[in-house]
Amino acid sequence: MNAPFNTPEISRRALLKGGALTIAFALAGTTGPLFDDAAAQAAPARTLDPNSVDAFFSIGANGRVTLYCGKVDLGTGLRAAIPQMAAEELGIDLAQIDLITGDTALTPDQGTTAGSTGVARGGVQIRHAAATARQALLGLASSKLNVPAAELDIAHGVVSPKGGGAGLSFASLLTDQKLELKIDPKAPLKDSATYQLVGKPLPRPDVPAKCTGTFPYVHNFTLPGMLHGRTIRPPAIGAALVSVDESGLKDLKGVRVVRIKDFLGVVAEDEWTCIRAQRALKAQWSDWSGLPDQSHLVDVVRGMEVSHVQALPPKASTVAAAADAKSLKATYFWPMQSHASLGPSCAVADVRDGEATVWTASQGTHHFAKVFAKMLGMPDGKVRMIYLDGAGCYGMNGHDDAAADAALLSRAVGKPVRVQWMREDEHGWDPKGPPQLLELAGTINPDGKIVDWRVDMWVPEATRGLPNVPLLAPLAAGIGQTPGLSTGLLTQNAETGYDAPAAVTIHWLKDAPLRPSNIRAPGKVANTLAVEGFVDELAAAVKLDALDMRLRSLSDPRGVEVLKRVAAMMNWQARPSPTPAASGSVARGRGIAYVHYKQQENYVAMGMEVAVDRSTGKVSVERVVCAHDCGQMINPDGVKSQVEGCIIQTLSRALYEEVKFDKSHVTSTDWLSYPIMRFKDVPKLEIALIDRPTEPPLGAGEAATAPVGAALANAIFDATGARLRTAPFTPERVKAAMASRQS
Amino acid sequence: MAVYPLHVNSRELNVQSDDPDKPLLYVLRDAGLTGTKFGCGLGQCGACTVLVDGQPMRSCLTAISDAKGRAVTTIEGLGTPEKPSVLQAAFIAESVPQCGYCTSGMIMSAAGLLGHTPKPTEAQVRDELDGNLCRCGSHDRVVRAVLRAASQGG
Repeated sequence: MNAPFNTPEISRRALLKGGALTIAFALAGTTGPLFDDAAAQAAPARTLDPNSVDAFFSIGANGRVTLYCGKVDLGTGLRAAIPQMAAEELGIDLAQIDLITGDTALTPDQGTTAGSTGVARGGVQIRHAAATARQALLGLASSKLNVPAAELDIAHGVVSPKGGGAGLSFASLLTDQKLELKIDPKAPLKDSATYQLVGKPLPRPDVPAKCTGTFPYVHNFTLPGMLHGRTIRPPAIGAALVSVDESGLKDLKGVRVVRIKDFLGVVAEDEWTCIRAQRALKAQWSDWSGLPDQSHLVDVVRGMEVSHVQALPPKASTVAAAADAKSLKATYFWPMQSHASLGPSCAVADVRDGEATVWTASQGTHHFAKVFAKMLGMPDGKVRMIYLDGAGCYGMNGHDDAAADAALLSRAVGKPVRVQWMREDEHGWDPKGPPQLLELAGTINPDGKIVDWRVDMWVPEATRGLPNVPLLAPLAAGIGQTPGLSTGLLTQNAETGYDAPAAVTIHWLKDAPLRPSNIRAPGKVANTLAVEGFVDELAAAVKLDALDMRLRSLSDPRGVEVLKRVAAMMNWQARPSPTPAASGSVARGRGIAYVHYKQQENYVAMGMEVAVDRSTGKVSVERVVCAHDCGQMINPDGVKSQVEGCIIQTLSRALYEEVKFDKSHVTSTDWLSYPIMRFKDVPKLEIALIDRPTEPPLGAGEAATAPVGAALANAIFDATGARLRTAPFTPERVKAAMASRQS
Repeated sequence: MAVYPLHVNSRELNVQSDDPDKPLLYVLRDAGLTGTKFGCGLGQCGACTVLVDGQPMRSCLTAISDAKGRAVTTIEGLGTPEKPSVLQAAFIAESVPQCGYCTSGMIMSAAGLLGHTPKPTEAQVRDELDGNLCRCGSHDRVVRAVLRAASQGG
């Protein structure tokens, strides 16, 4: 077919040499071609030692600074925030920076982009590298200018005497010369009071391209001679491939079938032919029905094989139980959920001549380069992984699986192959957020003091040292992988956020019903529903106002401030919950929840106002108020955007989302069977961001997810007196909870 | 191999296909118009929305034979990063996208709305866009951007 439109042509040579640099050029400004061949001049052999300043920065003869970042922008705004931190500390303009991210040949390994660590760890590491470079540049200029370093300043990439006079540009100080310095974590940092860039809501450089259809997603990436690939997954998760009938493909031009044990795929020159081939190929699979009964999932999880039981260090109560203390018990449950990425996962792999290059939306290119080398039987270092944006993932969705699919297909056919999953692949086969079961017992004194707090939780264990979730393609192809599970840190925030005792026992499950992985704020969304829901239950048991009871046992001033900010925004009137029963078909109520994320990071308070239809059980969230303290904010609009996303996405998870399955496979494989929140149900959001410029930045990608479920459950309780302890809070569950209260 | 004459972004595009049911989505993407995204292939998410004779259509469910001779507008047909349309500029000003995968479809659905209702209410915007899914939670910003564009004659 002719291609009459002026589309970005991507040179394989440029990409192999310059890799993501070409992309970075496009994103550094809003003009210019998307893929700039000129960028191929860069990418010399360079150190990737994350302790070395040179791993993060190079200064070109043109005065531009290239910033190499191991963390990637998952739609989360790192493309703005990381250069803001680097430029601020170096003393250059944002426009002087070119950013390269997540390319194993060019960027140092800063760990997987997960757990809200992009700014808090990746950005701070780069800040220290920049501070070290700044000192070195001041020293170099001091010698050349014969002016003491203390009397020099840096602005716009030029080192000049503070009292005036000629300065020296970075380029003239350091043309093509390496700094050859270790990062000095004690290198003096700029005083936040002097910040020019950090703390400003500067525009994200990727936004104009995303609004004009020109952003270079991995889905748009092509190579000369590239084929399109699709895999055919079995109708039952554990089924083996018995036979393949290719007769349905005879009218489809140029299709090839690839079979490696139970791994079955097709490739074709164009995407639609490939999809037709995927549908037309007939395969016989063995029977398999090893999944548990979903209708008894809570009992199934409680009865699963436990690998070991772990008691976290207990915290004793400082106060004795009063004679009229109230004791309660409750069981909370969070279901398996899909990342449900809007765009099905995609990757392009070129496996030839004992080497592989993979263009992928992976959160962990450095990790997976090693995993893929093992899968392909290559030595470490022979696989290069280059990050290109995918659809938002919020944890490990299918993107690493799609990359493995592409790699096995490319190796089999000797050409580059692009694989994009179909919708049923993504919903059906992405690794799932695991189920979480929590049993709580607590005692509260009439004055609101919690004097006993016990949590037993059942969660799948994360195998120590396992870098990834086992991948589907090698699993099917019979290629050995490190066995185990990877789920993220599921047990954090099982204690209250207050001055209270705690005794937490973890029943580590050997397995999970469906392949698990980390999903945004792993574990903390469910744990905070249980913890802050149960705190609310205790407050109601002694007829105390939910806010007042919390503040009585909270001494951390940053925690107190977020709660008070929310209370003020909601015009909170003190009274116990539930609200005095009102008549009418709609019950209205308000709820509040608080989290000190991971007990050491962000402080988030959230208030909600809901309306519950008494006849249908449908919950409408009318207003969400959030106060958010993530320490020093790098880019307040980026933080706000993340907080908005945390709230809306987690409301969706709490109200609608549950992976459905029968004995053989996942059955919720589209947006009708796995609905997410839509425009008409999105509530009014009011967000107060608290900036603390002198505190460390803590990241903003996920903390605000944690209190959403509890604030919602507490508001439903306030409105109706019905306590929701199992997500999602479907109309059926809300109705049942209201009915059981009346009986 | 049949030839299907299309009008895409005010240009003629003659597309050869051996399958009259080939979705317009792949016709556009094969022609380099990759701003239009595959989301579900089921008409459920809106990521592939384009305008066909001014009406928002799901290009994943629009067969090439049905698009023959009709005027198709994609996200690239509205404007460029250097010269965005009023609607695109409003999305940029509100810094709407996070991952941005849904954004093209959002803008095209909004363009369809503004085509027949230049001054929509917020409820009309939410109603029109209810079939466009966003997983990142950019909804509030989308609504603000559409209303901003409407106020600027977008």
